[in-house]
Amino acid sequence: MEKPAISVKDVSMMFNLNRDKIMGLKEYVVKALKRQLYFDEFWALKNISFDVASGEVVGILGLNGSGKSTLLKLIAGVFKPTSGTIDVNGTVAPLLELGAGFDFEFSARENVYMNGAMFGHSPDYMDTLYKDIMDFAELWEFENVPLKNFSSGMSARLGFAIATQIEPDILIIDEILGVGDYLFAQKCDQRIKELLSGGTTVLLVSHSITTIRELCSRAILLQSGQMVAVGTVDEICQLYQPEG
Amino acid sequence: MAKTWTRKHYMGATLLLSVVLSIVFFIYMPIEVADHRPGNVPLLVINSVFLAVTASAMVIGFVIILTKPDYVKTQILTMGRFRHLLLLMIKRDFVTRYRRSVLGVLWSVLNPLLNMLIITMVFSHIFRFDIENFPVYYLSGSMIYGFFSESTTLAMGSITGGAGTIKKVYVPKYIFPVARVLSSLVNLGFSFVAFLGVLFITGAPVNWTMFLIPIPIVYLIIFCMGVGMILSAVAVFFRDMNYIYGVGTTLLMFLTPIFYPVDILTPRMYHLIHLNPMFHYVTYFRDLALNGVVPNLWANIICIGFALAALSMGIYVKLSQQDKYILYL
Repeated sequence: MEKPAISVKDVSMMFNLNRDKIMGLKEYVVKALKRQLYFDEFWALKNISFDVASGEVVGILGLNGSGKSTLLKLIAGVFKPTSGTIDVNGTVAPLLELGAGFDFEFSARENVYMNGAMFGHSPDYMDTLYKDIMDFAELWEFENVPLKNFSSGMSARLGFAIATQIEPDILIIDEILGVGDYLFAQKCDQRIKELLSGGTTVLLVSHSITTIRELCSRAILLQSGQMVAVGTVDEICQLYQPEG
Repeated sequence: MAKTWTRKHYMGATLLLSVVLSIVFFIYMPIEVADHRPGNVPLLVINSVFLAVTASAMVIGFVIILTKPDYVKTQILTMGRFRHLLLLMIKRDFVTRYRRSVLGVLWSVLNPLLNMLIITMVFSHIFRFDIENFPVYYLSGSMIYGFFSESTTLAMGSITGGAGTIKKVYVPKYIFPVARVLSSLVNLGFSFVAFLGVLFITGAPVNWTMFLIPIPIVYLIIFCMGVGMILSAVAVFFRDMNYIYGVGTTLLMFLTPIFYPVDILTPRMYHLIHLNPMFHYVTYFRDLALNGVVPNLWANIICIGFALAALSMGIYVKLSQQDKYILYL
């Protein structure tokens, strides 16, 4: 059997709440002496296990705060799970937020190379992709403009263009297909479908059932950190919709 | 190995080894490192403990490298994968530094020169030390010390400064302090140009030992990377470090013979500043650049020892803490 692209085994993620309440050393010592130095544990995810086969498109559904983004960040390697293991086979391009890893002081051009390097690509390799990225993002006019002067839609387009043009093995998308005007959204949809036919594994978080239905073959439903169900898109959407 | 060692085991082993080595060093301290006179017992103790801790950190570091080849291998592979990012980050740091200044990069050469002029004026009119060719003496010291304080201070803020990236993309965390140290190195290169200029203008003899200058610089880079990694990790959890370290660098500056000759120090102070790693690096550099002397074996051992000890401690701190950064940023 082929190795799964993403294998999540019994993963839990715990955050300590109230971390910021201790403001200074004095307070820290006082609290430590009083033995009040406990934190509220918050389990953002509990015992999540699933596999994603190579080339599969899996949607993740859930209400706000159900742990969707945490799960994606774990898979992207931004967080380390408190317990459990995550195996990822292949290069991951996380599109967790608009313009992840962008430096807003720098121009679009510099950010393309910087972002490519974060995925481990050399400037030479990025040279070959640069034209396609700018074409896709339609930002030639603003090539040398610092990103701080970009509209949010513009940087989102750039982020999406980079992540999809470098043709990663695994693409992680967190609720970003809604950005940009409908023309660009169509373009994104199309590009994702292209990547799919090219065999890219996609993990997609969206609140839009239509998007999930359209793109995904399988879906996972999360509810307050627990995995409620895994199954075909139709099953999961049915489960999700009445709650939403 | 049947049982895998955890972090606590390594810590325990390091501690045990340091205690043993402290005693060994206490008895067999070579005269080059610490004075054996009876009055010097406290200093001898400090010296031995210090050396022992650094030596054990090194030994345990090597043990980890030897016993976990797979782990080290994956680390080196990721290092290779992110080398482009490292280069771009160095370039970016450099570009940002002089962004929008009229003279730009020229400041890297001008700054040490102007500072030297002021200090030379102050010390040849107000405080007088009997130093031959003071401008060169001062510049060599301040250049090396400046690199240390600049690179470590920048490295300290690198993780908190890179929060935006760390929160959203997976990037090895050590890359931030390392990039800052290396971009400071570019700056050191420009200072070196200024140094050479002053050397020629003042007509100081140029020795062949100048060609060995890369050696102490490499030691120093490794040392600064180690210190930078430790500081950047500490600064994530304890932001006060930024201010404390500012005072710390001032203190260290006065404990480094940058603008005073070593022989004005009292014997006690003389031994005290031997605990300051920067003293050894500055002396090493000056021996090569000014005195035309190749430092002896002990000087090399001490400089390498400080460098590797700082690096192994830095790597240890990084590895044990880096997964927690994200929760504090």
